[in-house]
Amino acid sequence: MKNDMKKVEEIFNQLKEKFGDSVIELVSSQPVEAFIKISPLEIDKICLFLRDNEELLFDSLMCLSGVDDANGKNVVDDDGTSSIQGGTLSVYYHLESTKIGHKLTLKVSAPRENPDVNSVAKIWRHADWHEREAFDMVGINFLNHPDLRRILMPYDWEAGHPLRKDYKNPEFYQGMKVPY
Amino acid sequence: MGLLDKQFSDENIVVTSVEDLLNWARLSSLWQVGFGLACCAIEMMATSASHYDFDRFGVIPRNSPRQSDVIIISGTVTLKMALRIKRIYEQMPDPKYVISMGSCSNSGGPYWEHGYHVLKGVDRVIPVDVYVPGCPPRPEALLEGLLKLQEKIRNESLVKQG
Repeated sequence: MKNDMKKVEEIFNQLKEKFGDSVIELVSSQPVEAFIKISPLEIDKICLFLRDNEELLFDSLMCLSGVDDANGKNVVDDDGTSSIQGGTLSVYYHLESTKIGHKLTLKVSAPRENPDVNSVAKIWRHADWHEREAFDMVGINFLNHPDLRRILMPYDWEAGHPLRKDYKNPEFYQGMKVPY
Repeated sequence: MGLLDKQFSDENIVVTSVEDLLNWARLSSLWQVGFGLACCAIEMMATSASHYDFDRFGVIPRNSPRQSDVIIISGTVTLKMALRIKRIYEQMPDPKYVISMGSCSNSGGPYWEHGYHVLKGVDRVIPVDVYVPGCPPRPEALLEGLLKLQEKIRNESLVKQG
C-alpha cells in the first residue's frame, strides 16, 4: 500500500496534464508542506478527479479553511475607520486518501470584492458545514452549495464576516450592547 | 436568623414568623435549571456530583425552567445564546434567582475585547444576584456563591424591599 503513495510533484504533473491552466502552480517554497494553487471556478472538477482517480483516491477532506489574505490596499475612510480594498480571499483544502495514505493541500484564491468559489459539498458531504463556516467567518461565496447559510453567527447578523481583517463589530445587536 | 434558631416550646411545634418560614423554605430547596454553557458547566456538574453534593443544599437540576427557582449561568454567554437565556429566565416563576458563574458571564472574561460574539456580562440581559469569580470557579467557589444566595434569601422580607 505504502508504495502507491504519490508525491505532491507527481500529483501536480498529473493534474497539469489533465486540466491545463486551471492548475496554476505548485508552491513548495513555504516552510509548510507544499500546496497546489487551483483556479476557484475549476476546484470542483479537480476535486472530483482527485477523489475518483484510482491512483489518487482522495476520499477524505480533512479540513477546509477560509483565509483572509489581507493583501489588498488599506483605505482609510473619512470617519477614520479603515478597510481593505482589492487583494484576495483564499480557501485551503486538506485532502487525505485513507486507502493509499497520501495527503495533499490545495489552495484557491478569489478576488475580495467577488469571492466566488465552486462548492465541493457534493463531492465530500462534510464540506457542506466547512463551507458554511468559511462563508460565515470570511464571507466566501460558494457557488452551487446546497444550503449556504451562516452556521455560527446568528442568522440575522448584519455586521459582516467577523474573521475578515477589516471587520468592525457593531455597537448593538438586538438591543444588547456589544462592546465592553 | 434562621427558622431552626427559634425555641422549641413544645414537642413538634416550632414558633416562627411567616417570613422566616417562607425564606427558610425558599433557600432550602433552590431547584436549578439544568442548563450549562461552557467549561464552567463541567465544574457545575462536578459540584452536583457526589463529592461536592449540591443536593445537600437542596439544589436539584430540573429539566424545565417552569419548575425552577435559580438559574446558574455557567459559561460564555454568546450574543446568540443571550436571547435564549433571556427567554428561559422569563419562563421561570417568581421568586427567581440568578447566579452568574465565572469570568465570562460576569464580564465577558477573556473575550472582553476581541470577542465579537460574546455578551460582555450576562447582567446586560437579566438581573444577577450573585457573581462567582473564577475561570472556571472551583466547586468550592460555586458552593460559596450558593451560600451567599441563601444568605440573601434569608434576609428577604415580605413587606420592605430586600
